[in-house]
Amino acid sequence: MALLAEHGTDAMLMAGGTDLLPNIKHRVATPEHVVSIRDLPELQGFEVSEHGATLGAGTRLSRLEHDPQIRRVYPALAESASLISVPQVRAVGTLGGNICLDTRCNYYNQSYEWRQAIGFCMKRDSPICRVAPGGDRCWAVASADTVPVLIALRADVEVVSGHQERVLPLEAIYQDDGLEPTTLTFGEIVQGIKIPPPHGYVTVYQKFRLRQSFDFPLVGIAVSIRSDISGIVAEARIVMTAVASYPERAEPAERLLVGAPLTEESILAAGNAVFRQAKPMDNTAGTIFHRKRMARILVERALRRIAQLPETMQRVS
Amino acid sequence: MSTDITEEPTGQAGDRPPGRRSFSVVGKRSRKYDWHAKLTGQAKYADDLSLPRMIYGRLLRSPHPHARLLRIDTRKAGALPGVFAILTGQDLPTKYGILPSSQDENALAIERVRYMGEPVAAVAAIDEWTAEEACRAIEVLYEPLPPVMSIDEALADETPKIHDWTRDRNIQKEVLLEFGDLEAGFAEADYIFEDEYFFEGNTHVPMENHAVVADWAANGHVTVWSSTQTPHYLHRELAKVLELPPSRIRVIVPPVGGGFGGKSEAFSHEIVAPVLSRLSGHPVKICLSREEVFYCHRGRHPVKMWIRTGVKGDGTITAMDFSSTLDGGAYGSYGIATTYYTGALNTLPYEVPRYRFRGRRVFTNKPPCGPKRGHGTVQPRFAIEAHLDRVAENLGLDPAAMRGHILVKPNTWTINHLRVTSCGLGDAIEAVIERSDWTRKHGRMRHGQGIGLACSVYLSGAGLPIYWNPMPHSGAQIKIDRGGGVTVYCGTSDIGQDSDSMLACVVAEELGVDLDAIHLVTGDTSLAPVDLGSYSSRVTFMAGNAARQAAAQLRARLMDVAAETLEVPTDRLAAAGGIIFDRQDTARQLPFDEAARLAEARFGTLGAVGSYTPPRLAGPYKGSGVGPSPAYSFTCAAAEVEVDTETGELRVRKIWVAHDLGRALNPTVCEGQIEGGVYMGWAEATIEEQVFRKGLHKQPSLLEYKIPAAQDTPDIDTVMIESDDPEGPFGAKEVGQGPLAPVIPAVTNAVYDAIGIRLTSTPITPDKILHVLEARRKRASAAV
Amino acid sequence: MKALHDLRVNGETVQVAFEPYKTLLEVLREDLNLTGTKHGCELGECGACTVLIDGEPVMSCLYLGVEAEGRDIETVEGLADRGEPSLLQHAFAETGGAQCGYCTPGFLMSATALLRRNPEPSRDEIKQALSGNLCRCTGYIKIFDAVELAARRGEGREH
Ligand SMILES: Cc1cc2nc3c(=O)[nH]c(=O)nc-3n(C[C@H](O)[C@H](O)[C@H](O)COP(=O)(O)OP(=O)(O)OC[C@H]3O[C@@H](n4cnc5c(N)ncnc54)[C@H](O)[C@@H]3O)c2cc1C
Ligand code: SF4
Ligand code: FES
Ligand code: FES
Repeated sequence: MALLAEHGTDAMLMAGGTDLLPNIKHRVATPEHVVSIRDLPELQGFEVSEHGATLGAGTRLSRLEHDPQIRRVYPALAESASLISVPQVRAVGTLGGNICLDTRCNYYNQSYEWRQAIGFCMKRDSPICRVAPGGDRCWAVASADTVPVLIALRADVEVVSGHQERVLPLEAIYQDDGLEPTTLTFGEIVQGIKIPPPHGYVTVYQKFRLRQSFDFPLVGIAVSIRSDISGIVAEARIVMTAVASYPERAEPAERLLVGAPLTEESILAAGNAVFRQAKPMDNTAGTIFHRKRMARILVERALRRIAQLPETMQRVS
Repeated sequence: MSTDITEEPTGQAGDRPPGRRSFSVVGKRSRKYDWHAKLTGQAKYADDLSLPRMIYGRLLRSPHPHARLLRIDTRKAGALPGVFAILTGQDLPTKYGILPSSQDENALAIERVRYMGEPVAAVAAIDEWTAEEACRAIEVLYEPLPPVMSIDEALADETPKIHDWTRDRNIQKEVLLEFGDLEAGFAEADYIFEDEYFFEGNTHVPMENHAVVADWAANGHVTVWSSTQTPHYLHRELAKVLELPPSRIRVIVPPVGGGFGGKSEAFSHEIVAPVLSRLSGHPVKICLSREEVFYCHRGRHPVKMWIRTGVKGDGTITAMDFSSTLDGGAYGSYGIATTYYTGALNTLPYEVPRYRFRGRRVFTNKPPCGPKRGHGTVQPRFAIEAHLDRVAENLGLDPAAMRGHILVKPNTWTINHLRVTSCGLGDAIEAVIERSDWTRKHGRMRHGQGIGLACSVYLSGAGLPIYWNPMPHSGAQIKIDRGGGVTVYCGTSDIGQDSDSMLACVVAEELGVDLDAIHLVTGDTSLAPVDLGSYSSRVTFMAGNAARQAAAQLRARLMDVAAETLEVPTDRLAAAGGIIFDRQDTARQLPFDEAARLAEARFGTLGAVGSYTPPRLAGPYKGSGVGPSPAYSFTCAAAEVEVDTETGELRVRKIWVAHDLGRALNPTVCEGQIEGGVYMGWAEATIEEQVFRKGLHKQPSLLEYKIPAAQDTPDIDTVMIESDDPEGPFGAKEVGQGPLAPVIPAVTNAVYDAIGIRLTSTPITPDKILHVLEARRKRASAAV
Repeated sequence: MKALHDLRVNGETVQVAFEPYKTLLEVLREDLNLTGTKHGCELGECGACTVLIDGEPVMSCLYLGVEAEGRDIETVEGLADRGEPSLLQHAFAETGGAQCGYCTPGFLMSATALLRRNPEPSRDEIKQALSGNLCRCTGYIKIFDAVELAARRGEGREH
């Protein structure tokens, strides 16, 4: 913390470095100093039980993936972590780094020479967005896999700066802006997250990518449902990743689900609402056409899994 | 004669033809020659080399796909501390190119840049950071020109010309070949089918990025260590561009971390490194970044194809008319040969009595395309095999049976003058049918699941050299020392295909020694006789025969002294495992090293040379140089797929492949080549594509150019068919390239079997599948 | 600015001077001349640079040299025991798990870690453990075979 203060905005935090180092190599991040928080004791908290979890930002993704308690109490979180990149990256990548992952775009995650050739872009070194050149914003994509699950689990985030500490819903630190995807201010560190008890909720994560390892999500959907005894949905959270500059709640779909039991009809209706809402841009692998359809399918599949309906309704064509 | 050795870890090669001596090394599963170095981290690849005082080079590349190069100012860069030398295009004015007919590249662009990533200047500096800084400090003034990014744009009426010399728009080359009376052939047909296909471009992605170390010594001799598949051609091009007598240049090939065709001609970094070394007085290393390797490319051409075939009711082909348009990228590279290859092998492996081929290659403002595994034959094979699947369906024939029925026969000539000798494709088809349970599955699986099959053919070495000359294509030299050690000198370049093990195997077999007794000196233009390079699957056939010829001479001398010593006639002698013995009385033995000493005393120093020149097979027509080969390999593959009709995702569950390789010299290595080829074909079928956007390579990285990883890869069932080629070394043909080609149409045909829609372009992405399914749904609901 | 660091590589502590921004990959290859560790991208996208840090496979191109101080670093050069290759290395040689051999050091490191943790992995577990290493030559099958063969022969059980 003191180091951060000393070096001012020339410094950046590095936890696992699996996001920051590629960005430095591409010169989209150009810190003069890197402050390693890999082993900062304050970030190493790890308590998990039926009564909830407190996870330090320094928790390795591999621990989230393998820890027996997490797998038992928050299986969707373990699953989302296991779907990130590759074992070597999960061994060093952290929860905090995933939460603060820079937004991604295939005009931006490129070498300096490549970006120079295209004339750079708004997110770095130019006023123009190459994806939507007429506009005044950046559409880079929020691509973290654990974040939608954490939001679906209604997690809070603990943010510290100096002696200040604030706790707020994780969802609240994100904003729809590819340039500044979080509202964290300089010097603020994510210390950890707190997840409420899972009791009564069933949470599922679905990820689409082209390869079974290495790849960031082209669409990711986390769904969490709490139903009452009669099977009526009391609470629903649907969070999408990789289709917008922030982890986007699918509120219209959530509203459709609440107050009725999960049936094939309500699931299809929710799928439709997600399809209408999801507006991926052409700045990742895959196509807009396909990713939009995948958003629908993934939400339907997640809901069917929760409702214990047959997983795939093959649309007979 | 099909020999399945997949389940037999210490498998023997197949049946012995009568009268042939049994093998002691050939057909055995043995470790690769340099296994120890490669498995302990001791193997030194080009970028692992380090010379005293070595400095680092880097290329500055064009940010424009197409531009005039108005001015380059290197003064600021030159003034940076730690910068030793800078080069620009004017310093290396001599043009070069792999084909004598396409001498169109400069090591550093002069006046014009034609693709984003084309080198324009080179720097040598104390370290890589300084070299990078210096590149940024070079000021280049460009005048951008409109880029031409596709075949259609290259052929548009008002298209800007990429090379001023092209006569018709951006067409580099047009070829027309016609054999037999096409009209009559179509008139004779019961049915005529016509289809169009597009094969998307893709690239090699060897795991090792290209690297070079060059040392210009005080005596004016130049040594270049490079990760190249073709040291001989690099040697020639260096002599040409550096304007040096070739005798002063030595090219050494360290272990190469994969090539697949991507390292088979001279690249800018290989040419500028020695010059930077001369200017700076230091050895210079240049190691390309992964992104730069995407700009080197020379990979699979995007090709538009059209095919028309006349058939009889039983599938017999009466005539075939085929045309292709290749998107060549910015320069010639191997492209003219590639263009011919999109036509040359289409008269195999089925009988095609009348055939016309029209091909053309256009220039575009993209990195040059060239040869990738299966050079130019993979795209038309996709088209033909997908087309034939449709033909079979329409004729009501089983596509596997139909293929079996129309196969070429061994020991025949095709209409375009290709000589077929051994052919084990019939056995291959049978093996695949049986092992994949084809008959029970094809057309009978539930919606969304399917199986497809296809066949292919490939060369065992191009019959003609790249530059015209009457000399051998491969040479080998062998010496035997007094301890019984055998050293083989051969200019082959081992890029992972295991040409080293092949040489060791052939020589050990011929001399009757264990593999342990063999030492190799390969990939060195000064120490070893020439081998033209690791391309066109030529090394086993050609270098193998050359080495065997040299070994046979030594064997004769050893047998002479052994016959005398053991007092038995030479024809009763055999040699194996380091012992020469009497076949009738195996107790009568002479150890190999003893025989070597006796032979040296009798004949003088034990050395011999061997060479291989392919038979003259080219037909009597212009363009006949591409296609002839001393032997052809044949492959059959079947793929079983599952299509998620909701998401469009395509999962290839399993691929069965049977490949006629003549003889499996080392079954483990051969299977590895087959599996690797099948993997690459499947990846081209389903996921890989080299695409451009706004004049730039869209995804020059391993994260975004998707090469499949461990969990993605399907199960592969491999069968090796040993047709025992009469001219191959111990009957061997090729195995490195052939098995790739049939996989792509096999997957395509399987997708048809699964969802009833024929896809006509590669790769078959989930997006494409969903598009066609949705279009069909719309048509269906409109029809209601 | 170079500074001296003590690195424990393959069980031996070496003192080496390097700049703080250098990756462990660069330190191993350039400053320690341990060129067995390869590189294919230097962006975490291929696995060729995999080494073990405190027993876990890590991409050395995404790990700073300075951060490796005080940890156990293992590279391919350390797998053989006094010149005798490990069971896994022998298994790769026998099954043909290495063709060009360029990806091999990375695979060996990932597989070594797997077998130490799980001496009897299923094929799915092998695929999962090796999912961060790209190979362009083999189609992976002979690599899986090698790991299974080494497991059958007891690789990983001595730890
Ligand atoms: C090939 C590859 C594939 C990948 N695939 C995926 C994928 O599929 N899904 C996915 O989600 N991610 C993926 N990643 C990205 C990354 O590995 C993970 O997101 C990882 O969790 C990042 O954690 P880290 O500790 O390495 O982050 P770092 O790189 O250390 O940090 C990332 C950012 O967060 C900031 N930061 C880190 N910790 C804190 C903190 N405690 N407080 C405030 N700011 C902080 C850093 O300053 C930096 O800006 C991939 C990376 C690679 C190289
Ligand atoms: S969305 Fe636009 S501004 Fe943002 S990174 Fe991509 S190109 Fe740049
Ligand atoms: S070099 Fe480190 S992952 Fe490719
Ligand atoms: S053996 Fe060549 S990349 Fe794996």
